[in-house]
Amino acid sequence: MWDLISNSIYASILLSIAIGIIGSLIVINKASSITGSIAHGSFGGIGIGIYLGVNILLSTTIFTIILAIILAFITLKLPSRKDSLISVIWAIGMSIGILFLSLSNGYHADALSYLFGNILLIDKSDLIFMGIVDLILLISIILLYNHFLAMSYDKEFLSLRKINTNLLYTYFLVLTSLTIVISVKSIGIILILALFTIPALIAEKFTKKFYQMIILSGVISLIIMISGILISYFTDLAPTPIIVIIASILISFIF
Amino acid sequence: MKAIEVKNLFFKYEKEIILENINFTLKDKEFMAIIGPNGGGKSTLLKLLLGFLKPLKGEIKIYGKNPKENSHIIGYVPQHTNFNLDIPITVFDVVMQGRLSKGKFFYNKKDKEIVKEILNNLGIYDLKKRKIKDLSGGQRQKVLIARALAIKPKIIMMDEPTSAIDIKGQKEILDLIESLDITRVVVSHDIKILLREVDKIAYVNKKMILHEGPKLNIPKDKHFCEVELIDFLKVNECGI
Repeated sequence: MWDLISNSIYASILLSIAIGIIGSLIVINKASSITGSIAHGSFGGIGIGIYLGVNILLSTTIFTIILAIILAFITLKLPSRKDSLISVIWAIGMSIGILFLSLSNGYHADALSYLFGNILLIDKSDLIFMGIVDLILLISIILLYNHFLAMSYDKEFLSLRKINTNLLYTYFLVLTSLTIVISVKSIGIILILALFTIPALIAEKFTKKFYQMIILSGVISLIIMISGILISYFTDLAPTPIIVIIASILISFIF
Repeated sequence: MKAIEVKNLFFKYEKEIILENINFTLKDKEFMAIIGPNGGGKSTLLKLLLGFLKPLKGEIKIYGKNPKENSHIIGYVPQHTNFNLDIPITVFDVVMQGRLSKGKFFYNKKDKEIVKEILNNLGIYDLKKRKIKDLSGGQRQKVLIARALAIKPKIIMMDEPTSAIDIKGQKEILDLIESLDITRVVVSHDIKILLREVDKIAYVNKKMILHEGPKLNIPKDKHFCEVELIDFLKVNECGI
């Protein structure tokens, strides 16, 4: 049993670190729709990667970072049109993915697996990439903890302190896009948003300080993912929907 | 010493002129109240003074420099109602934000001492571990004033500091503002501010009418009361 699920347990641990940090930042910055847009838009990177025959992780990383920068620009420069344009980026990304897939030869079941994810299919190279992204996130949150918290609370005040809040916000979205890339294969594009936000929303209710929210959110996501993997293993059901259903049951008790 | 100098200031949003030919100066440690009707441009003027907006025409100097260059000496107090209260953040964490600056990633011992002293002076030290969400409107406003003071500013600018606060809280906030020994600019729709020891009153409704001391006695000042405040207050006399 351990041989079959060991990688998925390691992945759960690494993902919960990333989700604890980024999920908390998404919730306090009210950036769920932007995250949904980057997550769905990332399908464009997957489609391009398959079409060009290059590493999908690489093509998706580059594509989602570009999407994050575009979305940061829209949010900061066109706030009154933000809501509609986020949806447009959401659809454009997915359309690019579908277009390039249809231009590729053959049937691509692997592309569809990115839509729904399967944490039981994670391999060693995925774990290494997750570890690298975790390291970037941990260094960023340690160095920029006070800046991120101040930006989330009052961006105007922070800008008076001569801190480049636009750059900081863009960096936050780039970190979000990296977390999406490492989560796509495990959780799937469609369900990423639920796992990013539900643990953070629960943690927000029970914490007084932001670092406590990050830690609690990470622990909750780890418990949810491991429970989902075990239930999936013993019932032979797909793990991602089980993970999201567990998370949804939890949050229904909170709100 | 001139704390603020505004010359021939114009501001336009899309095609509409919001502020027209605004001129005034404020000396160091003076207290200025900006009043006027909603949509008259008083908050826009504050945003221009803070450097958040760029003028269409004219010049703004804060202690001799443009607002962006001198933003580090400005303590800004926004409206306490404009915040996401669900963020898990304590009073101490909010006030510490006043000690952040470019290139500074961590707070030091001196920052913590400064913040403790300010919390003590404002009488909110006991609240330092409380979550912002659990405070009253007046307490939240005091926290935002404390954060602005943590900068050690030369000038403090406040946007509607008494809005959505009970009467007792309003008095406490106005007493606090009056007691500060720095330059103060307060935007308010609440005319109770005029009963305070203000050095200058700017009535802003696209254009500005400036009323200045040496010591203002608003109810007795017929020109100001009858000509300007009547329109603002929609009454026939100054019922202050």
